Amino acid sequence: MEQDRNLDIILKCENVSKKFQTKHRTKEVIGNINLEVRKNEFVVLFGPGQCGKTTMLNILSGLEKTTTGKVFLNDREVVEPGPDRGVVFQSISLYPWLTVMGNVEYGPKVRGINKKVRKEKAEYYIELVGLKGFENSYPNQISGGMKQRVGIARAYCNEPDVLFMDEPFSALDAQTRYLMQEEIMRIWEKEKRTVIFVTNNIEEALYLADRIILFTNCPTQIKKEYVIDLPRPRDYTSDDFLKLREEITENMAHTL
Amino acid sequence: MKKSDKKGIFLSVLSVIAFLGIWYLCTKVLKLVPENTLPDPVKVFSTFVDKFTNPNPDGGTLLQHMGASLQVALTGYIMAIVIGIPLGILMAWNKYVDRFVRPIFDLIKPIPGVAWIPLMIVIFGIGLQSKAAVVFFSAVVPCILNSYTGIRQTKEVHLWVARTFGGTRNQMLFKIAIPTALPYIMTGTRIALGAAWVAIVAAELLGSTRGLGFMIQQARGIYRTDIIIVGMLAIGICGAFLTAVLGIIERIVVKGRKSND
Repeated sequence: MEQDRNLDIILKCENVSKKFQTKHRTKEVIGNINLEVRKNEFVVLFGPGQCGKTTMLNILSGLEKTTTGKVFLNDREVVEPGPDRGVVFQSISLYPWLTVMGNVEYGPKVRGINKKVRKEKAEYYIELVGLKGFENSYPNQISGGMKQRVGIARAYCNEPDVLFMDEPFSALDAQTRYLMQEEIMRIWEKEKRTVIFVTNNIEEALYLADRIILFTNCPTQIKKEYVIDLPRPRDYTSDDFLKLREEITENMAHTL
Repeated sequence: MKKSDKKGIFLSVLSVIAFLGIWYLCTKVLKLVPENTLPDPVKVFSTFVDKFTNPNPDGGTLLQHMGASLQVALTGYIMAIVIGIPLGILMAWNKYVDRFVRPIFDLIKPIPGVAWIPLMIVIFGIGLQSKAAVVFFSAVVPCILNSYTGIRQTKEVHLWVARTFGGTRNQMLFKIAIPTALPYIMTGTRIALGAAWVAIVAAELLGSTRGLGFMIQQARGIYRTDIIIVGMLAIGICGAFLTAVLGIIERIVVKGRKSND
């Protein structure tokens, strides 16, 4: 049993900490984090506003280096960003000079995948995120929610083992945000991937997560883990949902 | 056509007619200034038409002078683009190139293009080379500056995206930094074109045997204000035409954004 569980682990963090050195002082952003993520698990990193969630995500994706500790993906140490990890960024990070199609096929193009294959792939993922018909639009011609859909399609199109999403919906209005949460669930259920999702919105966390990792304030540590086994699609107003919401919010308040 | 468009065109036509009308009124009707100081618009127009075929008094038809000016200006301008844009990009992308080029560039930058004219005439004479060099020095500065600024606008998150896809540094330069910079670079080429056109006319005024500037200068010597005005109009028309061509190129090259967006 224990053996099986280990086989399933795709991403592993061992004693990860991060300090930022400025001229006059050292700031400890991440305390000491140990984390294991199973294949196809939807993990939400949840915590107060200014804690090191984004830094943690950047470390996992390889954009930032750890001060101590190591990150392993498929038992290989993560030292730099790579195509096996896709990132959906918080800010709109589409290339404005490329069309929706150009943006989505960018990853496979960089990897040198031939034109026909990558076009087909890009078309598939554009359709998956519901943007069929917008292939030739430029980012400045589509709405914020649509842009973030393109961002998701772009990350998916490279077919990474793990997808990192850094508060991808924080810039959207509340209505669009709900819609995008449903969408991301639909996409994830259709195209299973390991997703690590950062948010500071408790409803979003509860709606999406298999497991919520509650972070403390700076220096960030894991305060508690919640395995969320409510049936999907989740109901924002069900008793269980509200109970968990209260419990986690309460727990977070103590960390501030 | 929309109603507001129609109104706009009407206003534009009205302004041209009003301008010509007042000009005609002051010269031909009221005779406020002597005819050889400021000729009336009809006279200027007939000289304009006549100058297409008449090489007198300066030894060249209007088209020959225009051709001469354009040839020199475009020679210097294209040199400035070919050298200035890659140099600006390299300076922004590589700090060693920046360190190496910057002291000289900072010194040359504030020298107006026309200040190069005497030295260039001494070195190269009054032919194509000296004037092309003057145009080059005038036009290369905005090319370098705008390319440099443009590359510096590259967003970090765009580079991150490329890194997460495993892009190399060269791919980041050509696929991200340069596309980011393109609107700025295009603006640079437009500023450079203006500077080039100013420089060529100035250079021709000071030392030349052909060109629009030369034609104006000759006409001044024999008090032919009508030819001076024709020359000025030709300079304006050429400049506007070249700017329009650049505008078309810009619209083709810069996609998904307005310039400097």
